[in-house]
Amino acid sequence: MTKHTLSVLVENKPGVLARVAGLFSRRGFNIDSLAVGPTEHPDVSRMTIVVAVEDLPLEQVTKQLNKLINVIKIVELEASAAVRRELLLVKVRADATVRSQVLETVQLFRAKVVDVSPEALTIEATGTADKIEALLRMLEPYGVREMVQSGMVAIGRGPRSITATAVR
Amino acid sequence: MTSAPSRPTPAAANPGTAAATAQPARPKPAPPTGTPVRVTGAQSLVRSLEAVGVEIVFGIPGGTILPAYDPLLDSTKVRHVLVRHEQGAGHAATGYAQATGKVGVCMATSGPGATNLVTPLADANMDSVPIVAITGQQTRGLIGTDAFQEADICGITLPITKHNFLVTDPADIPRTIAEAFHLAKTGRPGPVLVDIPKDVLQETTSFSWPPELRLPGYRPTTRPHGKQVREAAKLLCAAKRPVLYVGGGVIKADAAPELLELAELTGIPVVTTLMARGAFPDSHRQHLGMPGMHGTVPAVGAMQRSDLLVALGARFDDRVTGVLESFAPDAAIVHADIDPAEISKNRRADVPIVGDCKEILVELIAAVKAERANGAADISAWWTLLDEWRGTFPLGYEWPSDGTLSPQYVIERIGRIAGPEAVYTAGVGQHQMWAAQHVRYENPRTWLNSGGLGTMGYAVPAAMGAKFGRPDAVVWAIDGDGCFQMTNQELATCAIEGAPIKVAVINNGNLGMVRQWQNLFYSERYSQTDLGTHKHRIPDFTLLAEALGCAGLRCETKEDVDSVIHRAMAINDRPVVVDFVVGKDAQVWPMVAAGTGNDHIMAARGIRPLFDEA
Repeated sequence: MTKHTLSVLVENKPGVLARVAGLFSRRGFNIDSLAVGPTEHPDVSRMTIVVAVEDLPLEQVTKQLNKLINVIKIVELEASAAVRRELLLVKVRADATVRSQVLETVQLFRAKVVDVSPEALTIEATGTADKIEALLRMLEPYGVREMVQSGMVAIGRGPRSITATAVR
Repeated sequence: MTSAPSRPTPAAANPGTAAATAQPARPKPAPPTGTPVRVTGAQSLVRSLEAVGVEIVFGIPGGTILPAYDPLLDSTKVRHVLVRHEQGAGHAATGYAQATGKVGVCMATSGPGATNLVTPLADANMDSVPIVAITGQQTRGLIGTDAFQEADICGITLPITKHNFLVTDPADIPRTIAEAFHLAKTGRPGPVLVDIPKDVLQETTSFSWPPELRLPGYRPTTRPHGKQVREAAKLLCAAKRPVLYVGGGVIKADAAPELLELAELTGIPVVTTLMARGAFPDSHRQHLGMPGMHGTVPAVGAMQRSDLLVALGARFDDRVTGVLESFAPDAAIVHADIDPAEISKNRRADVPIVGDCKEILVELIAAVKAERANGAADISAWWTLLDEWRGTFPLGYEWPSDGTLSPQYVIERIGRIAGPEAVYTAGVGQHQMWAAQHVRYENPRTWLNSGGLGTMGYAVPAAMGAKFGRPDAVVWAIDGDGCFQMTNQELATCAIEGAPIKVAVINNGNLGMVRQWQNLFYSERYSQTDLGTHKHRIPDFTLLAEALGCAGLRCETKEDVDSVIHRAMAINDRPVVVDFVVGKDAQVWPMVAAGTGNDHIMAARGIRPLFDEA
């Protein structure tokens, strides 16, 4: 199945996330990743939803989403025409014997160390899903003690804005 | 035949009397104007309901909705009908809306009052009926604490409403009510719930009308795309075996006259789905009847063999299509609907048209007229085949071999005697299918039933709502003995509030449709379908009717059918219940068994016209 990234502008109201999440579950669509946050308009929130479906069911997903009264606009962001990022925080076992090797990996991926203790490093990384996956693969041999990942956020390339026409 | 002795009936409540007897100290509701006035949230609610034009509300008061019932007592515009169960209020609102085309309104308290509305809300959602439900809610500070009679009704009804609101600021009441009614009746109609905490109703606020709607994400498309309409017209004129597949959307859009014009302009055969009975006259030569699981052989056969289906306000429901893969295999699809999500949901449309059915039909008629100037395909061979099917497989029934009364005959006679101006409601099951098949409908909004959800118990409260909406019409609830035992308490409401409906209990002593399936698919093992209404005559429906303030009649023989129906028609000072004791072995035919394709339609047991022909 193909992954599709949907940018969904919604009214910033209580319960909207439940409406969207409920729609996906009751219509049998799987959410791969979901991120919600504010936009430049205080009344509007933006959801980035990654969904793995074929083209025809995708049409159903967007049509059903559009029927939700609180959904203002839906745009599918093509991979080639959008910047897509995820955030990773990972706690890696790194005592004195391996710390320099771990730090080297961190540098290679242009990640950052955000917390240090004698036995472990906490690393922050942003990037595409591929990059995050690659970094994790490199860190795994040292021992991942704990990790947390955000949903993907994405924005279209170029000067155009999807909020400009939708929100007045 | 037995009959209840006449008894004094409570006078029909008059919408004007409540205000006349109200305490003079109460503030009079001011006419809605633009200047804000100081009111309580409850007064704001009642004024908002008046301002949107509500005539009638079906409901039951309780703890949290109590503040709203106080100013309701003073309203001269809004009549409240006190029902016996909130489910009755919800279905009554639906029946009112379906019979009149206006928005139906029901009201309930928080917790169990609100959860009792869940079934009618789900029902209205499936059948796209515009209703607004207003529920009380625990005070704002107690929400989320599992307080007494607290239920998250917005959460619960999220998937079964078009939209719902929790009002947290009394200043939002007028706008929310205006938005709720706007959402309910525009676009694809549907139920909207407004949940209002008790303290929001009690707080002082300001009321002004009209409020400004804030629905930035709601822009239904009503005007069809001209190019798509022209494309559809082209296919319509070129098709050799076309069918107009008419759904409930045509009735909701009040587009029956336009449908008739298009049909007569093109000469194309018409089928009307369960939700569309009455959208096209049954007496019309081009009408092939109802398609689907219990549709006519010509209607099902026409769709299966067609080369073009023009779906108007229909949604390719599984009960119409049978197994999708083998449904109308050679047909190109023109799909016109107000809801873009319905188009290509089940069957890919070749020409999608999003818009209001009335506007679509108006433009389609013009486009077809232009297209026909270049000529149109000859469909006489198509009609020859269809007429052959009509001749060989007319809708009919066999008289039960055990000499019992035929339920189809009873329903057919009710339809003939009450006529096409009457309004008919039905529950769900065999009697519903027979009522859809054997009553002849000529007018839209005269056949009300629970199509999508299949809600047993729909008939009596829906008939009550229809009668309040159309007091001059004869309203017959054609019910089953199973359905009737789910919601007959509303006959007390009908008797006291002055809704003299007529109920035909098609009493076969069983959950008939389930029994039919057990007969056909479960080796005649009748598990839990005998209700004992024959065996023990419990309940005795005539005595029950009398206890509820209605006239109770009974009919057990063919000879009595007409005279009992005429007697029921003559009683107009109170509701009438007729216990038609019918045989239990009658079955609904034709039938497309669940899980099979429409080609396997059986005209009667063992007779497969399309399959045998192929």
